[in-house]
Amino acid sequence: MREIIKKHKFLFVVLIIDLAVLIVFPYKGRESIVFTGKNLINFLYILPPIFICIGLLDIWVERETMIKIMGEKSGIRGVLVSFMFGVLTAVPLYALLPVAGMLLKKGSKISNVLIFICSCTSIRIPLLLFEGSSMGWKFTATRFVVNIFVVLITAYLIDTILTDKNKDMIYENANKL
Amino acid sequence: MNIFYTSIIYIVTIILLGLSFMKDKKKTFLALKKAWKMFKTVLPQFLAILLLVGLILAVFQKETIQKVIGTESGVIGMIISSLIGTISLIPVLIAFPIASELFQNGAGLMQITVFISTLTTVGFVTLPLESRYLSKKVAFLRNIFAFLFSFVVSFIMGVILI
Repeated sequence: MREIIKKHKFLFVVLIIDLAVLIVFPYKGRESIVFTGKNLINFLYILPPIFICIGLLDIWVERETMIKIMGEKSGIRGVLVSFMFGVLTAVPLYALLPVAGMLLKKGSKISNVLIFICSCTSIRIPLLLFEGSSMGWKFTATRFVVNIFVVLITAYLIDTILTDKNKDMIYENANKL
Repeated sequence: MNIFYTSIIYIVTIILLGLSFMKDKKKTFLALKKAWKMFKTVLPQFLAILLLVGLILAVFQKETIQKVIGTESGVIGMIISSLIGTISLIPVLIAFPIASELFQNGAGLMQITVFISTLTTVGFVTLPLESRYLSKKVAFLRNIFAFLFSFVVSFIMGVILI
């Protein structure tokens, strides 16, 4: 029991807070459960295909191929591929992280995986249409262009800050997934 | 809108799965088994995120967000907007209409930009999940940079558009 709690301490902390809210503010508590339920349906709808795709990627794509496309020596092409892969994927961050983990496991360069994550969170092409229609095209276009630079700068900065030891640890961790 | 994109993901997945199955049955089952194993190991964390998001949504209702971002202005308004954006995990498809409504009602462009940017790029509730996949250091750095750059982006937007 203690081991289970230790392993999932995040979940248990949240559960305790949830219970406390439910007891102290029954109305808010119930409301939060309703929201959780609604989101759960969304989660269960979007996650299965993503995990299946990750599984297929794991089985079919050779490490060597991935290294060639997004690995250490992939150069500017690797940057472009990561960027395009990111902006075309319109899934929330939580669904994106397992994909990033698999990309690392297959030997992608860390800065490329960061470009993938950052571009997907800030620039999602499928969502641009929606942003444009609700926020206006000038707003959307400006944000789009500025964000391209932000994505590249962020990935570069993090990559520079990480030591070789950090990077080895990240790959080691990804291998265990 | 949301359902449309998810449907595309489903169709692509089914096609890939079909191709994989035709090529090698055994490998396909192995892929599915791996997918299930990976899903199972992160499920508790996903559940925790769901519960946390439910709590946050119950506290920050649409009206509250509107009030805070709509009335506060200046740098303080931006900071408050960014904090709301950081802790909440609202789907963008819900956030954009809120943002556009606020905008039409006279809320500041920079506050709204910072709200949208932090909402999409900074994830407080997903931090443990992110640390698991990318290591703590990367997760923290990425979120801190995303938070700071949200301000940079909105200042640039302010200079260009106002």
